[in-house]
Amino acid sequence: MYKILNAEKLSANVFLMDVEAPRVAKHCLPGQFVIVKMDEIGERIPLTICDYDAEKGTVTIVFQPAGASTTRMAQLKAGDYFEDFVGPLGQPSELCHEDLEELKKKKIVFVAGGVGTAPVYPQVKWLHEHGITADAIVGAKTKDLLILEDKMKEVCNLYVTTDDGSYVRKGMGTDVLRDLVQNQGKEYDLCVAIGPMIMMKFVCLLTKELNIPTVVSMNPIMVDGTGMCGACRLMVGGEVKFACVDGPEFDGHKVDFDLAMKRQQMYKTEEGRALLKLQEGDTHHGGCGHCGGDK
Amino acid sequence: MADVLKKVPVREQAPKVRATNFEEVCLGYNKEEAMEEANRCLGCKKAKCMEGCPVSINIPGFVHEVKEGNFEKAYQIIGESSALPAVCGRVCPQETQCEGKCIRGLKGEAVSIGKLERFVADWAKENGIKPVPAAQRNGHKVAVIGSGPSGLTCAGDLAKMGYDVTIFEALHKAGGVLVYGIPEFRLPKDKVVAAEVENVKSLGVKIETNVIIGKSVTIDELLKDEGFEAVFIGSGAGLPMFMGIPGEQANGVFSANEYLTRNNLMKAFREDYDTPIAHGKKVAVVGGGNVAMDAARTALRLGAEVHIIYRRSEAELPARKEEVHHAKEEGVQFDLLCNPVEILTDDKDWVTGIKCIRMELGEPDASGRRRPVEIPGSEFTIDVDTVIMSLGTSPNPLISSTTIGLDVNKRKCIIADEEFGKTSKEGVYAGGDAVTGAATVILAMGAGKAGARGIDEYIKSKYAK
Repeated sequence: MYKILNAEKLSANVFLMDVEAPRVAKHCLPGQFVIVKMDEIGERIPLTICDYDAEKGTVTIVFQPAGASTTRMAQLKAGDYFEDFVGPLGQPSELCHEDLEELKKKKIVFVAGGVGTAPVYPQVKWLHEHGITADAIVGAKTKDLLILEDKMKEVCNLYVTTDDGSYVRKGMGTDVLRDLVQNQGKEYDLCVAIGPMIMMKFVCLLTKELNIPTVVSMNPIMVDGTGMCGACRLMVGGEVKFACVDGPEFDGHKVDFDLAMKRQQMYKTEEGRALLKLQEGDTHHGGCGHCGGDK
Repeated sequence: MADVLKKVPVREQAPKVRATNFEEVCLGYNKEEAMEEANRCLGCKKAKCMEGCPVSINIPGFVHEVKEGNFEKAYQIIGESSALPAVCGRVCPQETQCEGKCIRGLKGEAVSIGKLERFVADWAKENGIKPVPAAQRNGHKVAVIGSGPSGLTCAGDLAKMGYDVTIFEALHKAGGVLVYGIPEFRLPKDKVVAAEVENVKSLGVKIETNVIIGKSVTIDELLKDEGFEAVFIGSGAGLPMFMGIPGEQANGVFSANEYLTRNNLMKAFREDYDTPIAHGKKVAVVGGGNVAMDAARTALRLGAEVHIIYRRSEAELPARKEEVHHAKEEGVQFDLLCNPVEILTDDKDWVTGIKCIRMELGEPDASGRRRPVEIPGSEFTIDVDTVIMSLGTSPNPLISSTTIGLDVNKRKCIIADEEFGKTSKEGVYAGGDAVTGAATVILAMGAGKAGARGIDEYIKSKYAK
C-alpha cells in the first residue's frame, strides 16, 4: 500500500498528489512515468511524474479525470492509499544522458499543453539544477485550467498563453513558438512537446517547418507498462515501438500521430459506459450499453 | 468391475455450459475415484514415470499412499519435489511427460498421474494442510526476481533450506503466467494460484510486488546495498511477437498477452472490475500453441465466434492434445494450413477481416517439423472484428541490459547452466523461460529447483573457506 501524503486540486480539473513510494522516488529521472491501481477492482493507469524527492521517498503525480477510474481517483484524500504504485517506468529523457557541457550549449524550448505541463516541470527543473535555463511555452484552454505557473517560473523562462485569451495572451502554444522564432529572433536546437496527441502533432508540423528537432512524450493506452503486452504500440519511423519500454519519448517528426490517435479511441465506448455507471450509480442499468457508440 | 486398461474418467463441465462461463472445466476426482485410479498403478520398481517428470516426483510412492487413502502422506511425498502440485496437476503436458512413460500406457491408458496429483493437492488445501517450514533459519539473504513458477519454486526450496528469501515481482499480483496468462477455466486464481502462493509464503518467503528490477532497483544494488548474497532470475519470457504484416496496428488487434492479461489478471470479463476488453463478435486467433488455445477459449466465453488460424496441420499443433480437444468441443473452429498476410480495416482503422493464404507442408526444417509453404494464388478472407496474435514471446531485455556482466545469447535469453542455473555473474543464478525462451510450467519449476541447489552450494562454499 502506498500512502497519499498530500492531495491538492491544482485547477478546475487537475489534481496533484504526493505519494509515499521510496523505491520509485529513489530511481526517478525526468521523462519517466508510473502506473497506479487504486484498489482490487481498479484498472492500471499510467500517470505522469511531476516531481520526486528521493530523500523523503515521495513521488508527485498530476492527473486530469477523464474517465471512470480517474474520476474515482480524484476523490482520494491525504491519508488514503493506492493499492499499487509501480515505477519509474519508461526511458528517462535523453537530456539526462547527454554530455553536460554539450547540453549547456543547446537552446531548448518546451511546449506544454494543459496537464502536459506536469511532465515538463521535472525536465525544466532538472535542467535548471544543472545550470541550464530553458524556455517553456505553456498553453491552457482558459485561465482556470492553467497549472504550476509559479513553480515553472522558478526554473525556466515561462511564456503563458490561453486559447480564449482569458490570461496573458490569446492563442495556442504553436502561435507563441512561431512568434518567438519568426518575430523575436529566437533560435532553438531542440523542442520538447508534451500534451494531448493532437497538440503534439501540430507542434511537430510547425517545428518541421521551422527545422527544429522535436521530442514528444506519447500517451497511448497501456496495461502493464513493462513491455509484456504491446497495448501501447506505436509506429515510429515505420517501425513498431512499445511506448512503455522504448519511450514514452520519441522523435516527434517520425511518430505516426494519426494512427496513434485512432488507437487511443479504441475503448472510447467502454470508457463512456464506465463513467456513466459511476455517475449514475445504482440508477445505471446499461441503457447506454447497446447503442454501439461511435465504434 | 471397471476396465483396468482405461483411466477412471474425470468429471467435467458439459461443453455447451462451460463455453459460457469462466468456471473450471475439469472438476477433478473425488476420494473414491482417486483411490480407484491409484489402484491401477503397478508400483514399478524402476518407475519410468519418474524419468518423465522434470522434477522427479516419487510418483509410485505418492500414488501408493492415495491407493491406501493416506492423502496427507501422499501430499508430503509430492512436497519433497514440487512446490506447486495443484498447478502442475492441472497444466503439465503429462501425455509427453510422466504419463507418456507409464507402463500401463503400452497396452491401455496410462495412469492419470496428473489428476491424482491435483486431487492430493486440492485435498490438502481443503483440509488445511500446509508444507512444513525449515526448523532453523540460516540468516543468509537471497533475492528471487519474478514470482512465476521458477521463482516460486526456487524461493520455496531455498526457504525450506533455511534461507531468508524475498521475491520481487513487477506486477501487482504474484504468480507470473499463472495469474496473467493461464485462464481461470484451466487454473482457478483464488482457489488454486493464490493458495499455492500462500503456501510458499507460509515457508517464510516474503513477496514484494510492484518492483521492476532494472527500473525500481537493479540487481547490482540488491547485491551491494540491500544485503542479498545471491540472486535468482526467474523473470520469464514476456515480450510478445507480432508478424509485421500490414494492418497489424489497427484497432481490434491484440497480442495474446494483452488479451489474456486484461481478462485473467485484470478480470475484464467481470462487470464489477474497471478494466475493459474488446468484446468481438468474430475473432481470429493466430497461432497453435497453448496460449492460442487459451485466447480462443477466452474469446468464446466472451461471446464470440472464434477461428484458430495455424500455418501447419493438426498433427503439428504445439498445444496440449487435451486443450485442443476441449477447444473443439466448445466450438472453436480450426482453419489449418493457412497463414495471415494482411489485416483489413475500415476507415476508422477497425479490423474488418483477415486475409490468409493457404499452405502445404514441404520438407522438414531444422526443428524436424515439416515446413509450411505458401500455395500461390490461394488467398482468401475471413470476416472478423478482432485479431489476437499468439506467435510466441521472448525474454524482456530489461534485466539483462541493466545488470553488469550478465551474458545473454542472441535471442536475449540469459546464459545459465542447466544443473545449477549459474550465470556469467558471480552470485547470480537464472532459470525458466528467461533462460530457455517460452517453455512449460514444469520445466520452469525444474530450473527453479536447480537454481536453489546452485545458490545453496555457492553460499555454503563461500563460508566454508
